[in-house]
Amino acid sequence: MSEQASGGAVANAKTMTIIVTKGSLDWAYPPFILATTAAAMNVEVTMFFTFYGLTLLLKKLNLQVSPLGNPGMKMPMMGMHIGLPNIVGAIPGVDAACTAMMKNLIQKKGVASIEELRAAALEADVKMIACQMTLDLFEYKMEDMIEGPTVGGAAAYMEQALKSDINLFI
Amino acid sequence: MADQVLDAKGLNCPLPILKAKKALKDVPVGGTLEILATDPGAVADFNAFCRATGNELVESTQDKDVYRFLIRRAG
Repeated sequence: MSEQASGGAVANAKTMTIIVTKGSLDWAYPPFILATTAAAMNVEVTMFFTFYGLTLLLKKLNLQVSPLGNPGMKMPMMGMHIGLPNIVGAIPGVDAACTAMMKNLIQKKGVASIEELRAAALEADVKMIACQMTLDLFEYKMEDMIEGPTVGGAAAYMEQALKSDINLFI
Repeated sequence: MADQVLDAKGLNCPLPILKAKKALKDVPVGGTLEILATDPGAVADFNAFCRATGNELVESTQDKDVYRFLIRRAG
């Protein structure tokens, strides 16, 4: 009997924590992909959302990706990979166009949306902690956020991290 | 015949694994889940998933662009 009755959590499970610090469309993926996959592999996961990462908990997500200062971002177009020089990336509307292009690709390639992965994480009992200091700093309220996360600070995160097998900073 | 069939064709990482994990909950212990996928990464991923979770990867085959996995649910 390795499974407990509640939610399929496994006794003596491995544990992982992820510090989520970035709030752009591209950088939202690694933490949610790893959290949901780890949970599917019976790992107990805690995500700590701080600084721009906190915005990934907002009820309504409007994630953007920017080619500005992002030389690795090359979009597949007409059989090539096209990157934008910073001077073009700085033009108003270019971020929006790149975001639309990225979302189109995400859909076309069967990649999950962040909303979908976030819902899957909650469903898999991934624990989420919203950083209290960041809430204060950027003037957000927990009412702005989805149901599920608790509020905590660095010590709340550290308590979990100290006993975890894997700790990631993304 | 598998107890359950999951069509994960067209889905990309990590969706086939997430959906398989969910589908396995409806499979009786010792029963099997058949998964169809088109993500080439699923081959390595279902091997890893089964090793880590103790479920048995009974079959892993490929027919043109479609990968087929048969997983037996462990206790």
